[in-house]
Amino acid sequence: MTRFLTKLIVALAVLAGAMLASIAFGSHPTSFGDVLDVLSSTADPNVATVIESRYPRTALGVLAGVCLAVAGTLMQGVTRNPLADPGLLGVTAGASAAIVTSIAFLGMSGDAVWWALPGGLLAGLLVHVIGSSGGGSGVARLVLAGAVVSAVLTAYVQAVTLSLPKVFDSYRYWVVGALGGRGFDVLTSVLPVAVAGLLLAAVLGSGLNTLALGEESAAALGANPGLTRALGMLAAVLLSTAATAAVGPIAFVGLAVPHIARWPAGSDSRAQLLFSALVGPALLLLADVVGRLVLAPTELMVGVVTAFVGAPALLLAVRRMKAAA
Amino acid sequence: MKIATRNLTISYGGAPVVGDLTLDIPEGEFTMIIGPNGCGKSTLVKALGRVLKPDSGTVELDGRDLWSYRGREAARKVALLPQNPVAPEGITVSGLVRRGRYPHHTLLRQWSRDDEGAIAAALERTGLSELADAQAGQLSGGQRQRAWIAMVLAQQTGLLLLDEPTTFLDISHQYELLELCRDLHDEGRTIVAVLHDLNQAARFATHLIVMNGGTVVAQGPPSRIVTTELVRDVFGLACDVLPDPRTATPMVVPHAGRVATAP
Repeated sequence: MTRFLTKLIVALAVLAGAMLASIAFGSHPTSFGDVLDVLSSTADPNVATVIESRYPRTALGVLAGVCLAVAGTLMQGVTRNPLADPGLLGVTAGASAAIVTSIAFLGMSGDAVWWALPGGLLAGLLVHVIGSSGGGSGVARLVLAGAVVSAVLTAYVQAVTLSLPKVFDSYRYWVVGALGGRGFDVLTSVLPVAVAGLLLAAVLGSGLNTLALGEESAAALGANPGLTRALGMLAAVLLSTAATAAVGPIAFVGLAVPHIARWPAGSDSRAQLLFSALVGPALLLLADVVGRLVLAPTELMVGVVTAFVGAPALLLAVRRMKAAA
Repeated sequence: MKIATRNLTISYGGAPVVGDLTLDIPEGEFTMIIGPNGCGKSTLVKALGRVLKPDSGTVELDGRDLWSYRGREAARKVALLPQNPVAPEGITVSGLVRRGRYPHHTLLRQWSRDDEGAIAAALERTGLSELADAQAGQLSGGQRQRAWIAMVLAQQTGLLLLDEPTTFLDISHQYELLELCRDLHDEGRTIVAVLHDLNQAARFATHLIVMNGGTVVAQGPPSRIVTTELVRDVFGLACDVLPDPRTATPMVVPHAGRVATAP
């Protein structure tokens, strides 16, 4: 138990460090010292403005990181497949299709959130309904349903964006996930969806623990594997939709963070969910900081950077996993 | 702890695998279920363990429909070790055994005061106390199967259901496991095991249930029901049945193979 607490404190410290870095560093050079000055209200007003402008993107990074990582852990637990990630659910394609539709046919611009949210949820639920129709465990069916729905929606997005260049121009700003240029209003619009997903995830941990022993053991222990799987999937749809709507599509966090989190968490699903929720935002924020510094004064979008930052961590986790197995 | 089936039918959407079966599992016995592949023995055990829902008919636990119990409530009375349980990656032996405590927890209280005691007792009982912190993936076949037995023991049920518990073990570990089951029965548990080996079943079972074509064709003490005719009718195998020279239980000696000639 004390070892668990130590790991928890370390993970929290890493997350706090990432948040601090996200506030301190950017294309306009400031330092940790400036952050402390702002926090104690003794800073130069200009510096304060620069630093305060980084609050929303840091908050968004935390939210998206928590959501994507927890969604990935749920997906891998529910499917018992270490390669599962929230992208399998069709959420990204659904959100993209909704946004493209809103720009091309409804004359909307900006405020992608209000389109991405229902679009992602609908696509996710559609995949879930197709994938679970006919009963049975059907992980393969679910993955296929996700692939089909994603393929059709992606084809639709490509058809529209390639034939309407104006739509493409607005859409391409959204299609690579980024934390910058968004305000707290985006955060508040997705927050209810994210909180619902997180609450659901929080009560599913022990059910996932039984599911990890196989379908029959789970049922014999008195759990309800079908219900656990359905609710886990629903929570993953809610979480990845909230993240995608808030910051755009970000790959890799949902796939890599569950593996990294397993390192401190071990085999208990409840601990895996908890550590994912700490490691996910830390990784996303660090990727964002790197993206801001590497091409300063311009920025590299976080959706591009996550893979570069996450890959070494995932490789380390996988190497360690092999050694332990 | 009384478990029974009443007109139980299970079909997996096709022809019934278990058809209209009414059966009482005798309390306090070490029951073994044998029969040819596809006879419905695993299906029956899964229905008794609340893993498969009947298409019609009921499984009754202490006179009440098993499916009228809440899942965890039933799992505090009946434990089932399936044929192919999965050990989560990186789990320790004691972590695995701890999963058996799930039925004793609630959504809001995911531990109970008795957890540590039940886990330690289950490890002790299966001879795994020394290996409590070992990775389950690194155990030998025999040790791993004992770890799974420890997990269902941690459930602290009066009734244990084991679906082919010896299948992947080499022969010495098969007997080690059967002796463990016998000892667990001697301590007062009702045990039901699906087994493939007739001679092992006849040696260890106190009550034998023979299934064929989704129904029970014979049951009773092995010494009374294992006969040349039964083996021929159920398994289609010509054989002699002799008293086992060591245990005096029925021993099946198939006719297949060349008869020895005197040197």
